[in-house]
Amino acid sequence: MPVFWLSLLIVAVAAVGFVLARGRALAAVDGDRRHLHSLPNYYGWNAALKVLTPAFALLFVWLIVQPIWMNTQIAGALPDTAVSEDSTLALVMSDVRRVADGLDLAVAQGIISETNAAAIEAGATDVRGVLAQAGVALGSDVDPTVLAAAQSYRSLSGVGDAAMTVAVLLLALAGMGWALRQTTAEFRARNVVEQGVRAMLLFAASIAILTTVGIVFSLIFNTVEFFRIYPASDFFGSLTWSPSFGGGSELGIWPLLWGTLYISLIALLVAVPIGLFAAIYLSEYAGSKVRAFAKPTLELLAGIPTIVYGLFALLTVGPLLLSAFGRDGLNWMQAGTAVMTAGLVMGIMLIPFVSSLSDDIINAVPQAMRDGSYGLGATQSETIRQVVIPAALPGIVGAILLAASRAIGETMIVVLGAGAAARLSLNPFEAMTTVTAKIVSQLTGDADFASPEALVAFALGMTLFIITLGLNVLALSIVRKYREQYE
Amino acid sequence: MYDAPLTRREAAVDDVKISARDVQVFYGDNHAIKDVDVDIQDKTVTAFIGPSGCGKSTFLRCLNRMNDTIDICRVEGRITIDGDDIYDKRVDPVQLRAKVGMVFQKPNPFPKSIYDNVAYGPKIHGMAKNKAELDEIVERALRRGAIWDEVKDRLHAPGTGLSGGQQQRLCIARAVATEPEVLLMDEPCSALDPIATAQVEELIDELRQTYSVVIVTHSMQQAARVSQKTAFFHLGHLVEFGETGQIFTNPEDKRTESYITGRIG
Ligand SMILES: Nc1ncnc2c1ncn2[C@@H]1O[C@H](COP(=O)(O)OP(=O)(O)OP(=O)(O)O)[C@@H](O)[C@H]1O
Ligand SMILES: [Mg+2]
Repeated sequence: MPVFWLSLLIVAVAAVGFVLARGRALAAVDGDRRHLHSLPNYYGWNAALKVLTPAFALLFVWLIVQPIWMNTQIAGALPDTAVSEDSTLALVMSDVRRVADGLDLAVAQGIISETNAAAIEAGATDVRGVLAQAGVALGSDVDPTVLAAAQSYRSLSGVGDAAMTVAVLLLALAGMGWALRQTTAEFRARNVVEQGVRAMLLFAASIAILTTVGIVFSLIFNTVEFFRIYPASDFFGSLTWSPSFGGGSELGIWPLLWGTLYISLIALLVAVPIGLFAAIYLSEYAGSKVRAFAKPTLELLAGIPTIVYGLFALLTVGPLLLSAFGRDGLNWMQAGTAVMTAGLVMGIMLIPFVSSLSDDIINAVPQAMRDGSYGLGATQSETIRQVVIPAALPGIVGAILLAASRAIGETMIVVLGAGAAARLSLNPFEAMTTVTAKIVSQLTGDADFASPEALVAFALGMTLFIITLGLNVLALSIVRKYREQYE
Repeated sequence: MYDAPLTRREAAVDDVKISARDVQVFYGDNHAIKDVDVDIQDKTVTAFIGPSGCGKSTFLRCLNRMNDTIDICRVEGRITIDGDDIYDKRVDPVQLRAKVGMVFQKPNPFPKSIYDNVAYGPKIHGMAKNKAELDEIVERALRRGAIWDEVKDRLHAPGTGLSGGQQQRLCIARAVATEPEVLLMDEPCSALDPIATAQVEELIDELRQTYSVVIVTHSMQQAARVSQKTAFFHLGHLVEFGETGQIFTNPEDKRTESYITGRIG
């Protein structure tokens, strides 16, 4: 039975269990719910949980284990000759699976009958033709041993699926029976459900954490792999970045890191003053009407996808800068794509980020603090400069660091606005590139994934990850320290 | 009800520091202060008493225009200090507040050092020519706030790290440091122990030599101890205003008598 229908069936069993357990609980006290330990619904939920949890757990495990088990069975049964010189067992097995899937499709579309599919032989029927009809294209004629293996694969998986359906449904019913037997007036269903809810939340939290850990580990493994084939001393020591997919490339990180930091610096120089002053205006001076209009508008800016900012950089800001600083003007700039273009646009992107975070932080400064200052005869700007901003400063620094880590991780604006040349230069009107942009270009292309030119992307990613992680940790610790002040 | 004594006092206009006529305060639609007329004399301690929510803080905040900082608050009527209308368009509320200092109901030290908290006002108003003078001002203010002995060894520790009562005395010192002509104190002793309270009351008595002090308090004993004049507020009205002794021993209004004897509140 397909997994989807099986899942629906389990849910149906759970629903039945809910109703039955609830009814049974009420019946146990002759309908007077005051004599029950818990509200009737808790007995229902207890039954539902006892159906759902074990059944889905078994289903999940089965879906993982069955293919592994089948692979070892089939691979063990393959004759040694099936794996030729220039091939590997994994390749043959994937052939087997493709043929088996193709036969499944062909049966489903009625091209051949089920009995035929199990009985056809490579020599007698044009298996490749049949599969092509079903929409599965094969590179060569089907080898008889592969076909035989595919056929036994199909029969095994049929048996496995049937066994799974039966086992899972039995477990669901057993869970229901167990819950129904438990359902008495004294049974503490409420506490059991509480535990269930807790376990569910814990499960969600651990999935979130485990994926993060998984991502970090995959980064680490690939980075280690990279450093095995490319010396770390060159990666961190070389000042040139010139990958060539033919080999002999120089992969020094410094030009990329410099580009990243330079562009981020310009972005922050734009975003921090404007964002901060906007936040001060909005929280301290603006009337409630202006505020009600301006704050959402600013936050709207934050919702624009960065690719749109990238287009803005490429089509508007770049040409504009070129007309002022290019050949017709000061002649500092060769093309529209430059550090300045990307930095300015990225700064615009970060303004709402800085302003809305700072605005929240400034608003969190207690009114009593301002009153104290006004009460001593201070003006509004004196109050802001000497009381409000110092009180909010740690939070504002945190906001700026968060903005910095966004700038460092930004990709689309850089790809479109900064150019692609990796160079170490101080001229902000020259094209440069960043770590993120290079990660994209190293991985999109026909590169072999085992080559240093592709694997370097992971080392770059790891470097970025460590930098932004450091910034975030710093920002969060500063923000936390600030929170404690008013507790 | 207090009209008669008021007209009699108006003979000696000279020593009236603050005079309020027909003051109304609204918070949106909430009419918080109704038809209040009062004369606060110079070199006198005036106590505002009354049940919670009757508008004592609100009226106090009218006297240095702190209500300007609340968007929905609207003040009507005429309030003069030394004969000048403080709600006149030409009056700068910032200048006014330097002249009329305030200690708030809840202690609100700045997140700065103890020293900087006190030096804040004098620095803003340019009261000290040099560091030594500033040090002197700070020390004097802290002494008057009855907190010098406790903080003299940690002037550069954050003011927010003090206990609630110490913070309140720091705020008093901060307000005194700018040498205001009038000091408005909103329940300055509500967080203080009896010893510190006695010290603050002593300070109030000392301030009376030079300034006019208005104090809001919930303690009848305190009002009786420190004030010469007492005003009793009830539901936004100024019910009775007069000599403290008179109010406490022989109130004219039934409501005043009930409040003082503890029957409303
Ligand atoms: N910021 C404000 N916004 C709206 N209404 C307010 C505000 N401050 C005070 N009020 C209202 O004004 C009335 C008087 O309040 P006020 O704070 O002056 O009372 P109070 O006499 O100082 O009381 P307490 O002794 O509890 O401090 C109350 O009804 C209160 O709800
Ligand atoms: Mg009050």
